[in-house]
Amino acid sequence: MLSPQIHDSYPVAVDRYSGLTRLNHWINAFFFVALVLSGLAFYSPYTYFLSGLFGGGANARMLHPWFGVIVTISFLFLFFRFVGGNGWKPRDTAWMKNPGAVLSGDEEALPEAGKYNAGQKIVFWSMTMLIIIMIATGLVIWDQYFAAYTSIEVKRAAVLIHSVAATAAIIVLIIHIYAAIWVWGSIGAMTSGRVTGGWAWRHHRKWLRDLVAGRVDGDMPKA
Amino acid sequence: MFPPLPNPPTQTTAPKFGPADLMRRSASTVTPPAQRQTEVAKLIDISKCIGCKACQVACNEWNELTPPIGDNFGVYQNPSDLLPDQWTLMRFTEWDNPQTGNLEWLIRKDGCMHCEDPGCLKACPAPGAIVQYTNGIVDFISENCIGCGYCVKGCPFNIPRISKTTHKAKKCTLCSDRVAVGQGPACAKACPTQAIVFGTKDDMKKWASGRVDDLKSRGFANAGLYDPAGVGGTHVMYVLPHADQPQLYANLPADPKIDPLVGVWKGKGKVAGLGAMALAVLAGVLHYLKNGPEVATEEDERKAKSLVDGAV
Repeated sequence: MLSPQIHDSYPVAVDRYSGLTRLNHWINAFFFVALVLSGLAFYSPYTYFLSGLFGGGANARMLHPWFGVIVTISFLFLFFRFVGGNGWKPRDTAWMKNPGAVLSGDEEALPEAGKYNAGQKIVFWSMTMLIIIMIATGLVIWDQYFAAYTSIEVKRAAVLIHSVAATAAIIVLIIHIYAAIWVWGSIGAMTSGRVTGGWAWRHHRKWLRDLVAGRVDGDMPKA
Repeated sequence: MFPPLPNPPTQTTAPKFGPADLMRRSASTVTPPAQRQTEVAKLIDISKCIGCKACQVACNEWNELTPPIGDNFGVYQNPSDLLPDQWTLMRFTEWDNPQTGNLEWLIRKDGCMHCEDPGCLKACPAPGAIVQYTNGIVDFISENCIGCGYCVKGCPFNIPRISKTTHKAKKCTLCSDRVAVGQGPACAKACPTQAIVFGTKDDMKKWASGRVDDLKSRGFANAGLYDPAGVGGTHVMYVLPHADQPQLYANLPADPKIDPLVGVWKGKGKVAGLGAMALAVLAGVLHYLKNGPEVATEEDERKAKSLVDGAV
Protein backbone atom coordinates (compact mmCIF):
# COMPACT_ATOMS: atom_id res chain seq x y z
CA MET A 1 0.00 0.00 0.00
CA LEU A 2 1.29 3.46 -0.93
CA SER A 3 2.25 5.85 1.87
CA PRO A 4 -0.38 8.62 2.23
CA GLN A 5 2.56 10.98 1.69
CA ILE A 6 2.57 10.10 -2.01
CA HIS A 7 0.06 11.84 -4.24
CA ASP A 8 -0.29 9.95 -7.48
CA SER A 9 -0.45 12.75 -10.02
CA TYR A 10 2.02 13.70 -12.73
CA PRO A 11 4.56 14.71 -11.69
CA VAL A 12 4.16 12.72 -8.51
CA ALA A 13 3.95 14.92 -5.40
CA VAL A 14 5.52 13.71 -2.17
CA ASP A 15 4.98 15.18 1.30
CA ARG A 16 8.39 15.60 2.87
CA TYR A 17 7.89 17.79 5.95
CA SER A 18 4.73 18.33 7.98
CA GLY A 19 3.48 21.82 8.79
CA LEU A 20 4.72 21.64 12.36
CA THR A 21 8.17 20.51 11.24
CA ARG A 22 8.38 23.43 8.83
CA LEU A 23 7.21 25.91 11.46
CA ASN A 24 9.75 24.48 13.89
CA HIS A 25 12.50 24.68 11.26
CA TRP A 26 11.80 28.31 10.36
CA ILE A 27 11.57 29.46 13.98
CA ASN A 28 14.91 27.78 14.48
CA ALA A 29 16.32 29.33 11.31
CA PHE A 30 15.16 32.85 12.21
CA PHE A 31 16.63 32.77 15.69
CA PHE A 32 19.76 30.99 14.55
CA VAL A 33 20.48 33.79 12.10
CA ALA A 34 19.79 36.36 14.83
CA LEU A 35 22.12 34.36 17.08
CA VAL A 36 24.88 34.32 14.46
CA LEU A 37 24.60 38.03 13.66
CA SER A 38 24.50 39.14 17.30
CA GLY A 39 27.32 36.76 18.19
CA LEU A 40 29.52 37.93 15.33
CA ALA A 41 29.28 41.42 16.84
CA PHE A 42 31.55 40.27 19.68
CA TYR A 43 33.52 37.89 17.51
CA SER A 44 35.86 40.41 15.95
CA PRO A 45 36.20 44.19 15.65
CA TYR A 46 35.57 43.73 11.90
CA THR A 47 32.05 42.45 12.60
CA TYR A 48 31.19 44.70 15.56
CA PHE A 49 29.02 46.85 13.25
CA LEU A 50 26.48 43.99 13.20
CA SER A 51 25.53 45.02 16.75
CA GLY A 52 23.75 47.93 15.05
CA LEU A 53 21.09 45.48 13.82
CA PHE A 54 20.08 44.92 17.43
CA GLY A 55 20.20 48.51 18.59
CA GLY A 56 23.83 48.64 19.69
CA GLY A 57 26.40 46.52 21.47
CA ALA A 58 24.70 46.51 24.86
CA ASN A 59 21.43 45.28 23.35
CA ALA A 60 23.23 42.65 21.26
CA ARG A 61 25.01 41.46 24.43
CA MET A 62 21.68 41.27 26.26
CA LEU A 63 19.76 39.53 23.42
CA HIS A 64 22.38 37.03 22.22
CA PRO A 65 22.03 34.57 25.13
CA TRP A 66 18.24 34.66 24.88
CA PHE A 67 18.46 33.86 21.16
CA GLY A 68 20.67 30.98 22.21
CA VAL A 69 18.06 29.70 24.66
CA ILE A 70 15.34 29.91 22.00
CA VAL A 71 17.52 28.11 19.44
CA THR A 72 18.40 25.38 21.93
CA ILE A 73 14.78 24.71 22.83
CA SER A 74 13.59 24.90 19.23
CA PHE A 75 16.44 22.66 18.09
CA LEU A 76 15.55 20.15 20.77
CA PHE A 77 12.11 19.70 19.15
CA LEU A 78 13.71 19.62 15.71
CA PHE A 79 16.15 17.01 16.96
CA PHE A 80 13.39 14.62 17.96
CA ARG A 81 11.57 15.21 14.67
CA PHE A 82 14.66 14.43 12.60
CA VAL A 83 16.69 11.96 14.65
CA GLY A 84 14.81 8.89 13.39
CA GLY A 85 16.04 9.42 9.83
CA ASN A 86 19.57 10.33 10.81
CA GLY A 87 21.02 7.05 12.03
CA TRP A 88 24.34 6.34 10.34
CA LYS A 89 24.17 3.41 7.89
CA PRO A 90 26.83 1.55 5.90
CA ARG A 91 25.48 3.21 2.74
CA ASP A 92 26.36 6.59 4.30
CA THR A 93 29.97 5.54 4.69
CA ALA A 94 30.01 4.44 1.04
CA TRP A 95 28.43 7.80 0.08
CA MET A 96 31.19 9.66 1.93
CA LYS A 97 33.88 7.71 0.09
CA ASN A 98 32.95 9.25 -3.24
CA PRO A 99 33.18 13.04 -2.75
CA GLY A 100 33.73 13.56 -6.49
CA ALA A 101 30.29 12.15 -7.33
CA VAL A 102 28.71 14.07 -4.43
CA LEU A 103 30.10 17.41 -5.54
CA SER A 104 29.29 16.90 -9.21
CA GLY A 105 25.75 15.71 -8.41
CA ASP A 106 26.37 12.32 -10.01
CA GLU A 107 24.01 10.47 -7.71
CA GLU A 108 23.82 7.40 -9.94
CA ALA A 109 27.36 6.67 -8.75
CA LEU A 110 26.28 6.87 -5.10
CA PRO A 111 24.29 4.50 -2.89
CA GLU A 112 20.60 5.36 -2.82
CA ALA A 113 19.91 7.77 0.03
CA GLY A 114 17.14 7.43 2.57
CA LYS A 115 15.23 10.47 3.80
CA TYR A 116 18.62 12.05 4.53
CA ASN A 117 21.89 11.49 2.73
CA ALA A 118 25.21 11.26 4.56
CA GLY A 119 25.95 14.96 4.09
CA GLN A 120 22.63 15.92 5.68
CA LYS A 121 23.29 13.52 8.54
CA ILE A 122 26.66 15.15 9.15
CA VAL A 123 24.99 18.57 9.21
CA PHE A 124 22.39 17.22 11.65
CA TRP A 125 24.84 15.59 14.05
CA SER A 126 27.46 18.34 13.93
CA MET A 127 24.79 20.99 14.63
CA THR A 128 23.52 18.86 17.51
CA MET A 129 27.00 18.60 19.02
CA LEU A 130 27.86 22.24 18.41
CA ILE A 131 24.62 23.50 19.93
CA ILE A 132 25.24 21.39 23.04
CA ILE A 133 28.77 22.79 23.30
CA MET A 134 27.61 26.35 22.71
CA ILE A 135 24.72 26.32 25.17
CA ALA A 136 26.95 24.73 27.84
CA THR A 137 29.80 27.21 27.38
CA GLY A 138 27.32 30.02 26.74
CA LEU A 139 25.67 29.58 30.12
CA VAL A 140 29.12 29.69 31.76
CA ILE A 141 29.81 33.11 30.20
CA TRP A 142 26.28 34.51 30.63
CA ASP A 143 27.50 36.86 33.32
CA GLN A 144 24.20 38.53 34.02
CA TYR A 145 22.81 35.41 35.67
CA PHE A 146 25.60 32.89 36.03
CA ALA A 147 28.76 34.87 36.79
CA ALA A 148 28.96 33.55 40.34
CA TYR A 149 28.93 29.85 39.48
CA THR A 150 32.28 29.39 37.73
CA SER A 151 35.82 30.66 38.17
CA ILE A 152 37.43 33.15 35.81
CA GLU A 153 39.77 30.37 34.56
CA VAL A 154 36.76 28.25 33.55
CA LYS A 155 35.15 31.27 31.87
CA ARG A 156 38.31 31.95 29.85
CA ALA A 157 38.27 28.42 28.49
CA ALA A 158 34.51 28.59 27.92
CA VAL A 159 34.67 31.75 25.87
CA LEU A 160 37.39 30.27 23.65
CA ILE A 161 35.51 26.98 23.14
CA HIS A 162 32.33 28.97 22.46
CA SER A 163 34.07 30.97 19.72
CA VAL A 164 35.62 27.90 18.07
CA ALA A 165 32.28 26.03 18.14
CA ALA A 166 30.55 29.12 16.72
CA THR A 167 33.03 29.28 13.85
CA ALA A 168 32.34 25.63 13.06
CA ALA A 169 28.56 26.09 13.37
CA ILE A 170 28.56 29.06 11.01
CA ILE A 171 30.48 27.04 8.42
CA VAL A 172 28.02 24.14 8.83
CA LEU A 173 25.17 26.64 8.39
CA ILE A 174 26.74 27.99 5.19
CA ILE A 175 27.04 24.44 3.84
CA HIS A 176 23.43 23.70 4.82
CA ILE A 177 22.08 26.84 3.10
CA TYR A 178 24.23 26.32 0.01
CA ALA A 179 23.10 22.71 -0.40
CA ALA A 180 19.47 23.87 -0.25
CA ILE A 181 20.15 26.49 -2.93
CA TRP A 182 22.13 24.12 -5.14
CA VAL A 183 19.67 21.24 -5.11
CA TRP A 184 16.56 22.74 -6.68
CA GLY A 185 13.35 21.73 -5.00
CA SER A 186 14.91 21.47 -1.54
CA ILE A 187 13.75 24.88 -0.36
CA GLY A 188 10.22 23.96 -1.50
CA ALA A 189 10.43 20.91 0.74
CA MET A 190 10.74 23.24 3.72
CA THR A 191 8.27 25.90 2.50
CA SER A 192 5.36 24.04 0.87
CA GLY A 193 6.39 20.78 2.51
CA ARG A 194 6.26 18.96 -0.83
CA VAL A 195 8.76 17.70 -3.36
CA THR A 196 8.21 16.12 -6.76
CA GLY A 197 8.59 12.43 -7.29
CA GLY A 198 11.51 13.19 -9.61
CA TRP A 199 13.31 15.08 -6.86
CA ALA A 200 12.81 12.19 -4.47
CA TRP A 201 13.87 9.67 -7.15
CA ARG A 202 17.01 11.62 -7.94
CA HIS A 203 18.18 12.56 -4.46
CA HIS A 204 16.48 10.24 -1.96
CA ARG A 205 15.59 7.15 -3.94
CA LYS A 206 15.61 4.78 -0.99
CA TRP A 207 13.23 7.09 0.86
CA LEU A 208 10.90 7.13 -2.17
CA ARG A 209 11.03 3.34 -2.44
CA ASP A 210 10.21 3.07 1.28
CA LEU A 211 7.25 5.41 0.89
CA VAL A 212 6.01 3.47 -2.11
CA ALA A 213 6.26 0.37 0.07
CA GLY A 214 4.01 2.04 2.61
CA ARG A 215 6.34 3.78 5.06
CA VAL A 216 5.05 6.92 6.81
CA ASP A 217 7.61 9.45 8.10
CA GLY A 218 7.63 9.97 11.85
CA ASP A 219 6.79 13.68 11.76
CA MET A 220 3.66 13.25 9.63
CA PRO A 221 0.32 13.90 11.33
CA LYS A 222 -1.45 10.71 12.31
CA ALA A 223 -4.20 9.81 9.88
CA MET B 1 58.89 62.54 53.26
CA PHE B 2 57.83 62.48 49.65
CA PRO B 3 56.93 66.01 48.53
CA PRO B 4 53.13 66.13 48.46
CA LEU B 5 51.32 67.20 45.32
CA PRO B 6 50.33 70.87 45.24
CA ASN B 7 46.74 71.83 45.94
CA PRO B 8 44.51 72.24 42.90
CA PRO B 9 44.48 75.55 41.05
CA THR B 10 41.38 77.69 41.46
CA GLN B 11 41.22 78.71 37.81
CA THR B 12 40.01 76.42 35.00
CA THR B 13 42.81 74.20 33.76
CA ALA B 14 42.98 72.51 30.37
CA PRO B 15 43.36 68.71 30.66
CA LYS B 16 46.92 67.52 30.19
CA PHE B 17 45.89 64.48 28.23
CA GLY B 18 42.85 63.31 26.35
CA PRO B 19 41.64 61.35 23.32
CA ALA B 20 44.69 62.51 21.32
CA ASP B 21 47.00 60.67 23.71
CA LEU B 22 45.72 57.15 23.26
CA MET B 23 48.24 54.37 23.06
CA ARG B 24 45.68 51.60 22.77
CA ARG B 25 41.93 51.51 22.20
CA SER B 26 39.90 48.33 22.58
CA ALA B 27 38.76 46.61 19.35
CA SER B 28 40.30 49.42 17.29
CA THR B 29 43.61 50.39 15.82
CA VAL B 30 45.05 53.72 16.87
CA THR B 31 48.23 55.41 15.82
CA PRO B 32 49.86 56.44 19.06
CA PRO B 33 51.19 59.99 19.15
CA ALA B 34 54.89 60.28 18.28
CA GLN B 35 55.66 61.68 21.71
CA ARG B 36 54.67 59.53 24.66
CA GLN B 37 53.67 61.42 27.81
CA THR B 38 55.73 60.88 30.92
CA GLU B 39 54.55 57.67 32.50
CA VAL B 40 52.83 58.11 35.83
CA ALA B 41 52.54 55.62 38.65
CA LYS B 42 51.03 55.15 42.06
CA LEU B 43 53.28 53.54 44.62
CA ILE B 44 51.64 51.67 47.49
CA ASP B 45 54.07 51.02 50.31
CA ILE B 46 52.60 48.18 52.29
CA SER B 47 55.08 48.64 55.13
CA LYS B 48 53.64 52.08 55.82
CA CYS B 49 49.96 51.21 55.59
CA ILE B 50 48.04 51.39 58.86
CA GLY B 51 44.78 50.02 57.42
CA CYS B 52 42.73 53.14 58.13
CA LYS B 53 40.78 52.88 54.86
CA ALA B 54 40.98 56.62 54.25
CA CYS B 55 41.90 55.68 50.66
CA GLN B 56 38.68 53.66 50.28
CA VAL B 57 36.62 56.53 51.61
CA ALA B 58 38.40 59.11 49.48
CA CYS B 59 37.92 56.94 46.39
CA ASN B 60 34.21 56.53 47.02
CA GLU B 61 33.88 60.21 47.81
CA TRP B 62 35.68 61.50 44.72
CA ASN B 63 34.09 59.00 42.35
CA GLU B 64 30.65 59.34 43.96
CA LEU B 65 30.40 55.63 44.73
CA THR B 66 27.96 54.35 47.29
CA PRO B 67 28.46 50.63 47.74
CA PRO B 68 25.59 48.81 49.43
CA ILE B 69 25.85 48.21 53.17
CA GLY B 70 27.47 44.80 53.45
CA ASP B 71 27.85 42.12 56.08
CA ASN B 72 30.48 41.86 58.77
CA PHE B 73 32.21 38.58 58.15
CA GLY B 74 34.57 38.72 61.06
CA VAL B 75 37.53 40.66 59.69
CA TYR B 76 38.43 44.25 59.12
CA GLN B 77 38.05 43.93 55.37
CA ASN B 78 34.94 45.77 54.33
CA PRO B 79 33.25 45.22 51.93
CA SER B 80 34.38 41.65 51.40
CA ASP B 81 35.38 42.15 47.77
CA LEU B 82 35.78 44.76 45.06
CA LEU B 83 32.42 45.86 43.70
CA PRO B 84 31.17 47.84 40.71
CA ASP B 85 30.97 50.71 43.19
CA GLN B 86 34.02 49.85 45.30
CA TRP B 87 37.08 50.36 43.13
CA THR B 88 39.69 49.97 45.82
CA LEU B 89 39.70 47.67 48.81
CA MET B 90 42.07 47.08 51.69
CA ARG B 91 42.62 43.37 51.89
CA PHE B 92 43.67 42.14 55.34
CA THR B 93 45.76 39.02 55.82
CA GLU B 94 47.10 37.63 59.09
CA TRP B 95 50.35 35.81 58.54
CA ASP B 96 52.34 33.83 61.05
CA ASN B 97 55.92 34.44 59.94
CA PRO B 98 57.64 31.09 60.52
CA GLN B 99 61.12 32.68 60.62
CA THR B 100 60.45 35.28 63.28
CA GLY B 101 57.43 33.80 65.00
CA ASN B 102 55.76 37.18 64.60
CA LEU B 103 52.14 37.52 63.62
CA GLU B 104 52.19 39.97 60.75
CA TRP B 105 49.16 41.91 59.71
CA LEU B 106 49.49 42.33 55.97
CA ILE B 107 47.27 44.98 54.44
CA ARG B 108 47.19 45.43 50.71
CA LYS B 109 45.21 48.10 48.95
CA ASP B 110 43.75 46.20 46.02
CA GLY B 111 42.55 47.79 42.79
CA CYS B 112 43.43 48.19 39.15
CA MET B 113 47.17 47.88 38.49
CA HIS B 114 47.07 49.86 35.22
CA CYS B 115 49.16 47.30 33.36
CA GLU B 116 51.44 48.39 30.57
CA ASP B 117 49.98 45.43 28.63
CA PRO B 118 46.35 45.45 29.81
CA GLY B 119 44.53 42.11 29.53
CA CYS B 120 41.14 43.78 29.92
CA LEU B 121 41.75 45.96 26.88
CA LYS B 122 43.00 43.01 24.87
CA ALA B 123 39.86 41.00 25.65
CA CYS B 124 37.36 43.84 25.11
CA PRO B 125 35.17 43.46 21.97
CA ALA B 126 33.59 46.94 22.11
CA PRO B 127 35.46 49.65 20.20
CA GLY B 128 36.72 52.32 22.57
CA ALA B 129 35.24 50.87 25.76
CA ILE B 130 38.75 50.53 27.22
CA VAL B 131 41.55 52.94 26.42
CA GLN B 132 45.14 53.32 27.48
CA TYR B 133 46.70 56.76 27.56
CA THR B 134 50.37 57.25 26.77
CA ASN B 135 50.98 58.13 30.41
CA GLY B 136 50.02 54.55 31.28
CA ILE B 137 46.50 55.06 32.66
CA VAL B 138 44.02 52.39 31.59
CA ASP B 139 40.51 53.77 31.62
CA PHE B 140 37.04 52.35 31.00
CA ILE B 141 34.83 54.58 28.82
CA SER B 142 31.39 53.59 30.06
CA GLU B 143 29.40 54.99 27.15
CA ASN B 144 31.13 52.48 24.84
CA CYS B 145 30.91 49.57 27.29
CA ILE B 146 28.43 46.83 26.42
CA GLY B 147 28.70 44.98 29.73
CA CYS B 148 29.81 41.64 28.27
CA GLY B 149 32.35 40.90 31.00
CA TYR B 150 35.21 39.97 28.66
CA CYS B 151 37.48 42.39 30.56
CA VAL B 152 36.89 40.31 33.68
CA LYS B 153 38.24 37.29 31.79
CA GLY B 154 41.18 39.23 30.36
CA CYS B 155 42.39 40.71 33.65
CA PRO B 156 45.18 38.76 35.40
CA PHE B 157 44.38 40.50 38.72
CA ASN B 158 40.60 39.92 38.91
CA ILE B 159 39.75 43.61 39.12
CA PRO B 160 36.87 44.69 36.83
CA ARG B 161 33.34 44.28 38.13
CA ILE B 162 30.14 44.50 36.08
CA SER B 163 27.32 46.54 37.56
CA LYS B 164 24.06 44.63 37.88
CA THR B 165 22.12 47.86 37.49
CA THR B 166 23.93 49.79 34.74
CA HIS B 167 25.52 46.72 33.05
CA LYS B 168 28.81 48.56 32.71
CA ALA B 169 32.28 47.40 33.73
CA LYS B 170 33.84 49.47 36.50
CA LYS B 171 37.27 49.78 38.07
CA CYS B 172 39.82 52.29 39.40
CA THR B 173 40.53 55.04 36.86
CA LEU B 174 43.75 56.10 38.60
CA CYS B 175 41.68 59.26 38.98
CA SER B 176 42.38 60.10 35.34
CA ASP B 177 40.19 63.18 35.75
CA ARG B 178 42.34 64.46 38.64
CA VAL B 179 45.64 63.49 37.03
CA ALA B 180 44.60 65.34 33.85
CA VAL B 181 44.64 68.61 35.80
CA GLY B 182 47.86 67.95 37.68
CA GLN B 183 46.39 66.32 40.75
CA GLY B 184 47.16 62.93 42.19
CA PRO B 185 44.60 60.19 42.81
CA ALA B 186 42.13 60.80 45.63
CA CYS B 187 43.47 57.81 47.59
CA ALA B 188 47.01 59.20 47.54
CA LYS B 189 45.73 62.59 48.62
CA ALA B 190 43.89 61.08 51.58
CA CYS B 191 46.59 58.69 52.79
CA PRO B 192 47.79 59.95 56.19
CA THR B 193 51.07 57.99 56.24
CA GLN B 194 52.25 58.38 52.65
CA ALA B 195 51.75 54.70 52.13
CA ILE B 196 50.33 55.86 48.81
CA VAL B 197 52.36 58.28 46.76
CA PHE B 198 51.92 59.37 43.18
CA GLY B 199 54.25 60.80 40.56
CA THR B 200 56.15 59.84 37.45
CA LYS B 201 56.93 56.17 37.13
CA ASP B 202 60.68 56.88 37.28
CA ASP B 203 60.32 58.95 40.45
CA MET B 204 58.18 56.23 42.02
CA LYS B 205 60.79 53.59 41.25
CA LYS B 206 63.51 55.78 42.77
CA TRP B 207 61.40 56.47 45.83
CA ALA B 208 60.63 52.77 46.12
CA SER B 209 64.28 51.79 45.99
CA GLY B 210 64.96 54.07 48.98
CA ARG B 211 62.06 52.43 50.80
CA VAL B 212 63.31 48.95 49.94
CA ASP B 213 66.80 49.79 51.23
CA ASP B 214 65.26 51.10 54.44
CA LEU B 215 63.21 47.92 54.89
CA LYS B 216 66.26 45.74 54.24
CA SER B 217 68.20 47.64 56.88
CA ARG B 218 65.38 46.83 59.28
CA GLY B 219 65.59 43.09 58.72
CA PHE B 220 63.21 42.58 55.80
CA ALA B 221 65.84 40.90 53.66
CA ASN B 222 63.40 40.10 50.88
CA ALA B 223 61.81 43.52 50.61
CA GLY B 224 61.31 44.65 47.06
CA LEU B 225 59.29 46.48 44.45
CA TYR B 226 56.33 44.78 42.75
CA ASP B 227 56.27 45.93 39.12
CA PRO B 228 55.54 42.63 37.37
CA ALA B 229 57.28 42.16 34.02
CA GLY B 230 54.72 39.60 32.82
CA VAL B 231 52.27 42.41 32.05
CA GLY B 232 54.99 44.82 30.90
CA GLY B 233 55.15 46.48 34.32
CA THR B 234 52.30 48.27 36.03
CA HIS B 235 51.39 51.85 36.79
CA VAL B 236 50.35 50.90 40.28
CA MET B 237 53.28 49.36 42.13
CA TYR B 238 53.74 47.94 45.58
CA VAL B 239 56.64 48.04 48.00
CA LEU B 240 56.39 44.59 49.59
CA PRO B 241 58.29 43.69 52.77
CA HIS B 242 58.18 40.07 51.54
CA ALA B 243 58.57 40.57 47.81
CA ASP B 244 59.73 36.96 47.40
CA GLN B 245 56.21 35.82 48.34
CA PRO B 246 53.71 38.27 46.83
CA GLN B 247 50.93 35.69 47.22
CA LEU B 248 51.07 36.31 51.00
CA TYR B 249 49.35 39.60 50.34
CA ALA B 250 45.83 38.31 49.70
CA ASN B 251 46.99 36.23 46.74
CA LEU B 252 48.77 38.93 44.81
CA PRO B 253 49.95 36.89 41.78
CA ALA B 254 53.69 36.17 41.81
CA ASP B 255 54.00 36.30 38.03
CA PRO B 256 50.86 37.78 36.48
CA LYS B 257 50.45 37.33 32.74
CA ILE B 258 47.58 37.64 30.34
CA ASP B 259 46.26 34.07 30.16
CA PRO B 260 47.40 32.40 26.91
CA LEU B 261 43.77 31.37 26.28
CA VAL B 262 42.92 35.07 25.93
CA GLY B 263 45.66 35.41 23.33
CA VAL B 264 44.34 32.46 21.32
CA TRP B 265 40.79 33.74 21.59
CA LYS B 266 41.51 37.35 20.65
CA GLY B 267 44.47 36.93 18.33
CA LYS B 268 44.75 35.90 14.71
CA GLY B 269 42.39 32.97 15.31
CA LYS B 270 39.36 35.20 14.83
CA VAL B 271 40.64 36.60 11.56
CA ALA B 272 41.28 33.01 10.42
CA GLY B 273 37.73 32.12 11.51
CA LEU B 274 36.22 34.96 9.48
CA GLY B 275 38.44 33.88 6.58
CA ALA B 276 37.17 30.30 6.84
CA MET B 277 33.56 31.54 6.79
CA ALA B 278 34.23 33.72 3.75
CA LEU B 279 35.99 30.80 2.06
CA ALA B 280 32.96 28.57 2.65
CA VAL B 281 30.72 31.14 0.94
CA LEU B 282 33.21 31.56 -1.91
CA ALA B 283 33.45 27.78 -2.37
CA GLY B 284 29.66 27.68 -2.69
CA VAL B 285 29.61 30.45 -5.28
CA LEU B 286 32.37 28.83 -7.33
CA HIS B 287 30.73 25.41 -7.09
CA TYR B 288 27.45 26.85 -8.33
CA LEU B 289 29.16 28.66 -11.20
CA LYS B 290 30.92 25.48 -12.24
CA ASN B 291 28.11 22.94 -11.78
CA GLY B 292 24.95 24.99 -12.01
CA PRO B 293 21.84 23.97 -10.14
CA GLU B 294 21.14 20.34 -9.45
CA VAL B 295 17.72 19.79 -11.06
CA ALA B 296 15.49 16.74 -11.23
CA THR B 297 14.92 15.93 -14.91
CA GLU B 298 11.84 14.91 -16.83
CA GLU B 299 13.28 11.40 -16.87
CA ASP B 300 13.48 11.40 -13.05
CA GLU B 301 9.81 12.37 -12.92
CA ARG B 302 8.87 9.55 -15.32
CA LYS B 303 10.86 7.02 -13.31
CA ALA B 304 9.23 8.16 -10.09
CA LYS B 305 5.83 7.91 -11.71
CA SER B 306 6.44 4.39 -12.95
CA LEU B 307 7.75 3.35 -9.52
CA VAL B 308 4.57 4.68 -7.90
CA ASP B 309 2.31 3.20 -10.60
CA GLY B 310 4.06 -0.15 -10.27
CA ALA B 311 3.04 -0.30 -6.63
CA VAL B 312 -0.58 0.64 -7.15
